[in-house]
Amino acid sequence: MDFHTPSSFEDASKRAAEATGLTRFLAGGTDVLVQMRSGTVLPDTLIDLKHIPGTQDITRTPDGGWRIGIAVSGARLGDHADLVADWPGVVEGMELVGSTQVQGRATLVGNLCNGSPAADSVPGLVAAQASVEITGLTGVRTVPVEDIPAGPGKTTLSPGDVISGILIPPRGAHGGDAYQRFTPRTEMDIAVAGCAISLRVDGDTITEARVAVGAVAPTVRLVPDAAAALIGSTLDDTAIDALVTAVRAACNPIDDKRGTAEFRTDVAGVLAKRVAHIAYSRAKGDAQ
Amino acid sequence: MPKDDIKEFRLVGTRPNRPDGLDKVTGRARYGADITAPGMLWGAVLRSPHAHAKILKIDTSKAEALTGVKAVVTRADFPTGLTGEEWNLQENTMAGEKALYDGHAIAAVAATSSLIAQEAVRLIEVDYEVLPHVTDVDDAIKPDAPVIREGAADASVPEGMPPNVVKYFEFGRGDTAAGFKDADLVMERSFKTEATHQGYIEPHACLGQLGADGKGEMWVCTQGQWFIRQMCSAVLGLNAAQLRVTPSEIGGGFGGKTTIFMEPLSLALSQKAGGRPVKIVMSRSEVLRATGPTASASMDVKIGMTKDGKLTAARAEFRMQGGAFPGAPVDMALYCCLAPYKIENVEHIGYDVLANRPKCAAYRAPGSPMGAFAVESLIDEMCRKLDLDPMEVRLKNAVREGDQASYGPTFGSIGLVEVLEATAKHPNLSVPLGPNQGRGVASGYWFNHNGETSVSMAISEDGTAQVSVGTPDIGGSRASIALMVAETLGIAYEDVRVNVVETGALGVNEPTHGSRATFATGKAATIAARAAIKEMCRRAANEWGIDEEAVEWVDGAAQPAGPNAGDYPPMSIKDIAKNMGSTGGPISGHHESVPDGVGASFGCHVVDVEVDPETGLTKILRYLVVQDAGRAIHPSYVEGQYQGGAVQGIGWALNEEYVYGKDGRLQNPIFLDYRMPVASDLPMIDTMIVEVPNPGHPFGVRGVGETGITPPLPAIANAIQGATGVRMSHLPMTPTKVLAALKASQE
Repeated sequence: MDFHTPSSFEDASKRAAEATGLTRFLAGGTDVLVQMRSGTVLPDTLIDLKHIPGTQDITRTPDGGWRIGIAVSGARLGDHADLVADWPGVVEGMELVGSTQVQGRATLVGNLCNGSPAADSVPGLVAAQASVEITGLTGVRTVPVEDIPAGPGKTTLSPGDVISGILIPPRGAHGGDAYQRFTPRTEMDIAVAGCAISLRVDGDTITEARVAVGAVAPTVRLVPDAAAALIGSTLDDTAIDALVTAVRAACNPIDDKRGTAEFRTDVAGVLAKRVAHIAYSRAKGDAQ
Repeated sequence: MPKDDIKEFRLVGTRPNRPDGLDKVTGRARYGADITAPGMLWGAVLRSPHAHAKILKIDTSKAEALTGVKAVVTRADFPTGLTGEEWNLQENTMAGEKALYDGHAIAAVAATSSLIAQEAVRLIEVDYEVLPHVTDVDDAIKPDAPVIREGAADASVPEGMPPNVVKYFEFGRGDTAAGFKDADLVMERSFKTEATHQGYIEPHACLGQLGADGKGEMWVCTQGQWFIRQMCSAVLGLNAAQLRVTPSEIGGGFGGKTTIFMEPLSLALSQKAGGRPVKIVMSRSEVLRATGPTASASMDVKIGMTKDGKLTAARAEFRMQGGAFPGAPVDMALYCCLAPYKIENVEHIGYDVLANRPKCAAYRAPGSPMGAFAVESLIDEMCRKLDLDPMEVRLKNAVREGDQASYGPTFGSIGLVEVLEATAKHPNLSVPLGPNQGRGVASGYWFNHNGETSVSMAISEDGTAQVSVGTPDIGGSRASIALMVAETLGIAYEDVRVNVVETGALGVNEPTHGSRATFATGKAATIAARAAIKEMCRRAANEWGIDEEAVEWVDGAAQPAGPNAGDYPPMSIKDIAKNMGSTGGPISGHHESVPDGVGASFGCHVVDVEVDPETGLTKILRYLVVQDAGRAIHPSYVEGQYQGGAVQGIGWALNEEYVYGKDGRLQNPIFLDYRMPVASDLPMIDTMIVEVPNPGHPFGVRGVGETGITPPLPAIANAIQGATGVRMSHLPMTPTKVLAALKASQE
């Protein structure tokens, strides 16, 4: 196995493009190392990205949004008071990943690129309209987060593509987001269903919304119909019912050891309802 | 009565620091995988990906050609001609003609590094002919099920039974037909439980060394070093006395480390590699796929009850699969399931069924939790139907000393009534319940095993004592044995060191199993200490020139008694020890026996749950364990056993299960998907120790380790019915299953 520690994303991209066989990037390593130890993924090339300058940084962008380095751990996201104030739903999604020990290493980009439909941090990023900056052989481009997952364990990235940063838009006034997942256990578990909602209010009325669901389809899914159910409402019962119906209609899960398709679909609707109330309270500035 | 109120002992019943505490919190304790030796090789095992397959050909040539590989073994390297359980152990250690379950060992490699060994395993080529498989017990007992092994049934199985039934049990007394006639309510229900794993934190690990001369050594994480010695010797055709087995510190066992898995492989590899020691450490997936989970069960129970709650008759018919070998604990389940009740008319029928799963091992009160789930669930449902208090019904029918047990013998001193009375008075029973909340109670029972026990203790030159025991300390036995020996000798707890020793140091000991260590080893150690006291009294008598019978032992010193009382100042253990070289040599005491006087333990659990009606999620709000300990030697450890049993039972009840796919492969061989409870899932488990001393033990001990896992399964099902009105009859009661049941009940 070849092991590289490039000092720039351009170098990382070049190494990845030149590599033969199976290549994996290493940020926190909380998926890759576990897969290697269990023998399920045995890479021929490992490219460790976390020594590239800036990968550990959380910075405010000139437009008031955020740039999050690809090696920033869940623990450091949770410690960043300004980011938490802006995007509590994004952060709480990431903080649900793994244990305290795993939180010291696990990263947003790793969670995204692992390609799990149940990745806890991804629905929050999608609801927040976050994007990733990709350094490839032909230069740097920006792609919405929801366009990265391609199916369980798969992404749309090409050989030589390296995600070099996560970009979260400015929160702006009267916005709020939230994420919840369902697991049989309280922690150290994997989502059976998950839902993130980001919305903006004008007084009591919802003016903008994005709804994303996890673990109920081959990829994390943005649900425009569910957002439409919320926009223009005051989160009254009719809007909630329409939200729940739209979310359940967007579900296309599998029956497996973690839950039946029927259960996942039911619970996704329940989570959407609960999450909508939290995001709404946050947007209105109520304590949540 | 809470133990702390009893002052009759100086040390027994106190809570000193555990002797292994510092080593464990500093990481200094040496577990199975911590042992290394010069020249050591690493072993790895190739395992079957198929649930059931004929092994047509194994080609190890590419593995053998890999640089660093020193030995490869297959079943061809093992002796032939074994029979009975010895053949079962050998067949489970390494597949012969067929792979019998997903994870069954096919070949093993020893190499100079772990990575090379794993790579070599991937280079072994196996031709399989995949056969139809069966993993569910109800499917396996069908007459047309795939046959796991022809001719595996023993003499207990009547002609004409389905081919995978290998043992049949039938026993009872009275007239159940008449008993059901006397009842006002007769109900019959069917229940299922899924296989669970002990989930010990330490995966199996061993280091084995075996020379061409047949002399060998093994360092291993085990509950029983003599079992390892005997089983490895049988499987490999060795002379048992030539194999020395040293147990490591142990990170949990719960019954799962009372047998062999990869241990013989390390010895076989070592011998083939010229006697170089070979270490094998299992991964968690190997532990889940290829060690010894418990059985899964399918059970029918029929009970008759009068309208005032008197049980008139009961019939239990249980089917269990314990993997591809005989040994599902269906007999134990039948013995225990009705044990808390005095019923004149009982009928028990059991089937031990083969299936394509790993060979089950013991798991904390093997069989009893399943049987309790069926019986205690049905009794609860009947109490609800007749509007009777489940505690009062349990008390009304409770067995007492002198009653004949449902499974035959007559109970000696037992504490079920005291447990039920204490439970009924506990404040947890009067906490008001809110919406979607429910309360469940259930009783449970487990025996107390004795087993071969050999203990040696020796007085040191300074008057302190060392005790050599053969039962690995998995639940605090070093502390409790030290307390009993210190109490007996009249010295400080800190002046006793209890060592778990290797097979060369003592006579045969059964493992730490059957809740026996504090009972049997504790009893033997106490008798050994008394023997040393007798010798010390003799030394003092000689010194004083008086009759040995006229010396008594008081507060750690010999003193003249009877006509000589007060003639000489007491001679302390320190004084006697200091001079032992000139008064007759080393002073020690021994005891070897199968100690009699076992004391069974009953328990009662009360649990409050809240069920989320939208997701089916069950939250444990509060949990109470009440159990008879006979006498709690170290109450903190007793409480720990109660809590640990309850927590394992909660996991079994709510989320833990072996999930097999249609392909017969285990779907969840990792802790992410094999969902044991985590700390944040649980409240602090409340405990109450009831003490009805066991007259068969010098300090009144009953084995307490196992009963605690028995009541949680039904207690939680009963609480869920209270919270939701829905009766769950198939474990685990996952959110998926509970929500589906709630939806079905609303349709």
